[in-house]
Amino acid sequence: MSDVAIKAEGLTRWFGEGEARTYAVRDVSFEARFDEMLYIVGPSGSGKTTLLSIISGILRPNAGTVAIDGTDVWSQSEDRVAALRLAKIGFVFQDYHLFGHLTTRENVAVPLILKRTRWNDAMALADKYLGVVGLSGRAKLPPTRLSGGEQQRVAIARAIASQPELLIFDEPTASLDGDTGRKIVEFVRNDVLDAHRCIVIVTHDDRIYSFADRILHMEDGRLRDGDGGIHA
Amino acid sequence: MQRLRAATRRRVRGGGIAVALDRGVVGILRIAYRLLVNDRGKYLATLMGMTFSVFLMVQMTSMFAGMMKKASSTVTNTGAKMWVMDRSVTSVTSSFPLPDYVLDYVRSIDGVRYAVPMYSGTALVRLRSGAYQPVTVIGLDDTSLLGRPKLIAGNIEDIYAENGFVVVKDEEFGKLESPAVGTEFELNDHRGVIVGIATVPASGLFGMPTLYTTYSRAIQYIPSMRYTMSFVLVEPRDASAIPHIREEVDRLGYEVETDQGFIDRMTHWWIFHTGMGTNLMLMTAIAFVVGLSISGQTFYTFVLENLERFGALKAIGAKRRELVAMIFFQAGITGVVGYGLGIGLCSGLVALAKLRMPDYAALITFRYLGVALGMVLLISLASGYIAVRRVLRIDPYDIFRG
Repeated sequence: MSDVAIKAEGLTRWFGEGEARTYAVRDVSFEARFDEMLYIVGPSGSGKTTLLSIISGILRPNAGTVAIDGTDVWSQSEDRVAALRLAKIGFVFQDYHLFGHLTTRENVAVPLILKRTRWNDAMALADKYLGVVGLSGRAKLPPTRLSGGEQQRVAIARAIASQPELLIFDEPTASLDGDTGRKIVEFVRNDVLDAHRCIVIVTHDDRIYSFADRILHMEDGRLRDGDGGIHA
Repeated sequence: MQRLRAATRRRVRGGGIAVALDRGVVGILRIAYRLLVNDRGKYLATLMGMTFSVFLMVQMTSMFAGMMKKASSTVTNTGAKMWVMDRSVTSVTSSFPLPDYVLDYVRSIDGVRYAVPMYSGTALVRLRSGAYQPVTVIGLDDTSLLGRPKLIAGNIEDIYAENGFVVVKDEEFGKLESPAVGTEFELNDHRGVIVGIATVPASGLFGMPTLYTTYSRAIQYIPSMRYTMSFVLVEPRDASAIPHIREEVDRLGYEVETDQGFIDRMTHWWIFHTGMGTNLMLMTAIAFVVGLSISGQTFYTFVLENLERFGALKAIGAKRRELVAMIFFQAGITGVVGYGLGIGLCSGLVALAKLRMPDYAALITFRYLGVALGMVLLISLASGYIAVRRVLRIDPYDIFRG
């Protein structure tokens, strides 16, 4: 296995056509390595969420390529891209998007179920990952009865349960108070990041910049000059 | 963490591809099931809509089936394979008398094993109390007594005795003041005597008690027109003889129906030539629309509320066909459970009604249960289809954009 987790080259994405065409991402290239925590930062509207969507196999670029662990993402069919996301990528959404009508354990087990894991095995693994994020005692509760920080941890447990090589965090501290946000990112840094995993975080919360290995700054859809290899 | 990673990979990858597919789908459907039933408010609302709709559909069709069974009771009870009648006949009660030569002609047709006359009409009897009661009188062929009912008291031979009548013990029996063997009554100034009490598979539609007697006595006691024979009952040699018999009777200017054909003819007449069948069908259609509206709308709202979660599932890696399976499974579960509850409710009410009103005309048949099931599946499919369209349109990118 190469130590390059993500290789993005010449990524461009626009919305609208003709005079209404607006570039969200323009000719972005960068690499991210395993065992690396990479931040994509920038002001609102700078294109970081669009870039995140492209590298995680959700939004097809108008130009450019993305390879995750050596696999070219956008040369594949929609179903294969979905399978790739399931196999290699874990998501922690800004609003978590947990199912309020499932238990915490079942929420964590969802990616495992999608990966065709036997129900009982999926539940047992979900319990273990809830243990990893320190929520063993909350397995049978619905997420709606947990605090914001706990819900964030459930979302992290769901993201890592299927053992993805790439973890995507979208504004992980946006819904949390400063202290909880710091603790969550510290936990991710210390307990989730390892030699087989790359973590990409989109944020504009400068209080957590200190946990990054590298920070990519985006402005007007482009990476700031010099970004691509600068360590934080 | 490393040990957990290894354990995860073992469990996720274990098993063959085929096995993995089966059990994987089961797991996804289980998630869908839990999502559905744990949202109790929505689930109950959808279920109530479906149950109410099924209840109405089954109730309407069971009333129709019950009435049709009663309307065709003479055909069912007689058990004759073929019925010769005037072309204008629409039901047993609207028979048009046939001339005697029809019987002779039918008997001469190749393929007819035997043919006998039958009388069916109504009369007014005067009971011991002095009260008058309309009755249906069936006159059976004197020689063969073809179509005689099963006796539970008395002897069938006694029907040949002077003034002998057999009374049917059904829901209308009490209207004759529950007579016993030997009870006397008057019929058009003729004396009548109950010589037997019988049971039949189905009682009549119009709430009249039924008396059986011989054909000759029936036409003697009850005033009639020039011709007296209501029907000619035919026993064909075998099924292959039926087309030829039909052809010959048609050539004579009359019509012949098999027993089922006659029942279908009556059903057709009730449906399309009276307001009753049309109204019942209309009510069934309205029940369908009501069910579709309530269940479809509630189910769609349920899916709308979970739309972002379905989007998140898409982002995580759920395939389109998996989401489609989840939604149709949810719609199907609601349909099947609502169908069961609707049938249970209808059966309970019909049973309750029959306790209070024994002649309540309602019959839940497999045919109409099948029709209701088909309609429920249509409602489920339509609800699922509307919801699926919405879910498939959601772009996981919207989940990121918030």
